[in-house]
Amino acid sequence: MKPTIRNPGFSIPMPSRRRFVQGLALGGTAAMLGGFAKPVWALAGGNQPRVLSGTEFNLEVAEMPVNYTGHANIATTVNGQLPGPLLRWREGTAVVLHVTNRMRVPTSIHWHGILLPFDMDGVPGISFPGIALGETFTYRFPVRQSGTYWYHAHSGFQEQTGLYGPLVIDPAMPDRITADRDYVVMLNDWTDMDPDRIFAILKTRSDYFSVNQPSLPGFMRDAARTGLAGALRERAMWNRMRMSPRDLIDVTGFTYTYLMNGATPAGNWTGLFRPGERVRLRFINASANSYFDVRVPGLKLTVIAADGQDIEPVAADEFRIAVAETYDVIVEPQEDRAYTIFAQSIDRSGFARGTLAPRVGMQAEVPALDPVPTLTMVDMMGAMGDRGDHGMQHGGMDMPGMVKAHHARSEYRNPGVDMLVDMPRTNLDDPGAGLRDNGRRVLTYADLHTVGGSLYPQPVTREIELHLDGSMERFIWSFDGVIFSKAKPVHFRYGEHLRIVLCNDTMMNHPIHLHGMWSEVESPEGEFQVRKQTVNVQPAQRVTYRVKADAPGRWAYHCHLLYHMEAGMFREVVVA
Amino acid sequence: MKAPIKTMASAGVLAIAFATGALAVTQDATQQPMAMTHMPMPQLHGHPHTSQSNTAMPASAASVAKPRAVPDMELSSVHHASTAPVGARSPDYSDGYRYEALEGMDMRDDSAVAALLLSRMEYVHPRDGGNAVAIDGEAWYGRNFDKLWLKFEGEHAEGRLQDLRTEALWSHALTAFWDRQLGVRHDFGAGPARTWAAFGVEGLAPYRFETEATFYVGQGGRTAARAAFEYEARFTQRLILQPSLEANFYGRDDPQRDIGSGLSDFQAGLRLRYELRREFAPYAGIVWQQRFGRTRDYLRAQGESADDLQFVAGVRIWF
Repeated sequence: MKPTIRNPGFSIPMPSRRRFVQGLALGGTAAMLGGFAKPVWALAGGNQPRVLSGTEFNLEVAEMPVNYTGHANIATTVNGQLPGPLLRWREGTAVVLHVTNRMRVPTSIHWHGILLPFDMDGVPGISFPGIALGETFTYRFPVRQSGTYWYHAHSGFQEQTGLYGPLVIDPAMPDRITADRDYVVMLNDWTDMDPDRIFAILKTRSDYFSVNQPSLPGFMRDAARTGLAGALRERAMWNRMRMSPRDLIDVTGFTYTYLMNGATPAGNWTGLFRPGERVRLRFINASANSYFDVRVPGLKLTVIAADGQDIEPVAADEFRIAVAETYDVIVEPQEDRAYTIFAQSIDRSGFARGTLAPRVGMQAEVPALDPVPTLTMVDMMGAMGDRGDHGMQHGGMDMPGMVKAHHARSEYRNPGVDMLVDMPRTNLDDPGAGLRDNGRRVLTYADLHTVGGSLYPQPVTREIELHLDGSMERFIWSFDGVIFSKAKPVHFRYGEHLRIVLCNDTMMNHPIHLHGMWSEVESPEGEFQVRKQTVNVQPAQRVTYRVKADAPGRWAYHCHLLYHMEAGMFREVVVA
Repeated sequence: MKAPIKTMASAGVLAIAFATGALAVTQDATQQPMAMTHMPMPQLHGHPHTSQSNTAMPASAASVAKPRAVPDMELSSVHHASTAPVGARSPDYSDGYRYEALEGMDMRDDSAVAALLLSRMEYVHPRDGGNAVAIDGEAWYGRNFDKLWLKFEGEHAEGRLQDLRTEALWSHALTAFWDRQLGVRHDFGAGPARTWAAFGVEGLAPYRFETEATFYVGQGGRTAARAAFEYEARFTQRLILQPSLEANFYGRDDPQRDIGSGLSDFQAGLRLRYELRREFAPYAGIVWQQRFGRTRDYLRAQGESADDLQFVAGVRIWF
């Protein structure tokens, strides 16, 4: 069965577009190494794994020629691999990692989601000066946790050009979850463009990569559905706001070829199974700037861990994975046939794809891309958008459950802030634009319950509210309207248990990552929900989480969309 | 005694014209940033903010916020005043800690960016008269809120440069959608060169109108104003129709450059472009041009028509 691509609304005159989206079957570094027909690896699957395990590791960062799209290019790689080798640690040991820079520019590796001394965290300018050309930096730290994590560069745009890899930590005690097969499924977004150029373009014309801007055919479809007046009103409303209901993500399949374990959709990474086996899939969104909606048509997903932490198993058909999140999933294929692992980008401009199969070379049907999501009033107005069709009825004196955002002074009179949401949504059970009412059971944060509950029983003694702000037109992103280079650090008092309140004053999702400490997400009622290292905040949403400030030092705190981070949505956190 | 009255009238027209563009901006400026719901009261009582909450009582539960009144939530009233309300919190959680510079920090959050947009490079074929070549573009370089902004617009016809307006401006961000611009303008072309001080605004008006409105003061008490609007309507992701309007006003006659006082000329264009690449889009279109008042008289005296329907074809290039 040939994979099919359907991408309504985007005319594709370039003959190479298909190959560009699908990628080369033998793309990537594997083609360069020769002989690896499929750039695949797994922990206990049928394929040759590229795993480094133990307590001492030698990693070399170097540039490598690659070819994913038909155009030769240069990637930043670890030990000549993209993604880098799978590092397998064991909880309770101490690891030593010698990272050598073989490039002409400084580099770094950050161990994402790992609790460690701050000077081992790998963020140039905050935890250390970076790794200079030709130098070796040795990271040493005890491993205090288990689960699925990853590592990536924290230098410039190297995270975009290939410097990332999976990290799996075996628990000190036998794993609660048993599986017959154990595969990492790492998702990435490859581009042949220079990321510096992407950033410059975004700064000048932020809708450059959008392939689904509102257009006449879409307007006519709306008019047919809701009547001309309704369609006009809706279009007028968005135009008046100078916003686009199609601004789901800044960088898209316009330039990205999405990868699964380093394989393009045509390359088709494959994990083997025998019917009846329990297969553990460790999904890691290691992309620079892409959200994926993941499903395996024909199989129920039992989600067993989020961001490396075990959760009460929950069944789902599909989940949205924000940048830097990880989800561990069990599938139990019973039939002797192939299943497609389908990860479509949030704006439906492309997909990553792989296959679970009893034998090498088998394929299943690749589903068509879903319709392009359109942001709704809920995504713009938060709780207010929830009320009625357009959320703007008069009256309604009482609005139980509504929480007012507490804006910072710096958000006003600020050309870097294009909207403020006064009444954000607080519910966690909304899967987000494009996944609502799609007929499938879609995972939400409301489904995630960490096994064993919170690690910190003490009461919260302080609250820090931060707002996620931006200007789409200017491509400025910030906390509280203040970009990193104009901001002071956020101080956590050592030992305190505090609550972070994040309000999203933009119409994009932001995956917010706190280094060095857990983020314990609360339910809207303030009960412990789930322990994470990256917390996604949906458009016009308010999310709260608790942090135990038990890791002294200097830490990075930022949006994990690479281009948002570089545009200023970044703070230093000082724990002292 | 006639002249002063006329000058005053011209000045009045000028002021109104300038206001056309400026008014939208001013209104918009006072409405930045736009809040999605308008809640005039500064802060709800009993909001469990910061250190007051000693218990594990969650903010979300404690602040089952009871807005005292839910105001009109028509979109027409969802804008906040630009000034921060009393009770807006501080964004400073530093407790006196400062960022201690360490080698390796590599943020581009306020780095300089350069761009060049040649929005029109076209052949102009008038209904009557000879063909011309026209160019219109801008270039800028700078950081988030402050940029050097260059503009140029000109026409070459009958073997010589007819008119070339060039501007060098300091563009400073006023709101999320508007920049304030200050600088100089120099006009080349037929007749003596003219130099002006320029100040104005450029930005995206509500309903997505790209807007420029600039006021000029030249030597010898000359004044001028220019307003330009553009819109983009997408037929597909690559086929884009761009209507545009431009009007020029002058405070007094400048016969040497064939310019009369008041509304001097008005252009309405309709260009259909196809983005072969985002950066490169050929287009074709029509432009209707009308001259008024003394400007029209000057042209008629030279045997030229005051209004003109032009067919244009060119490319739009962007870096």
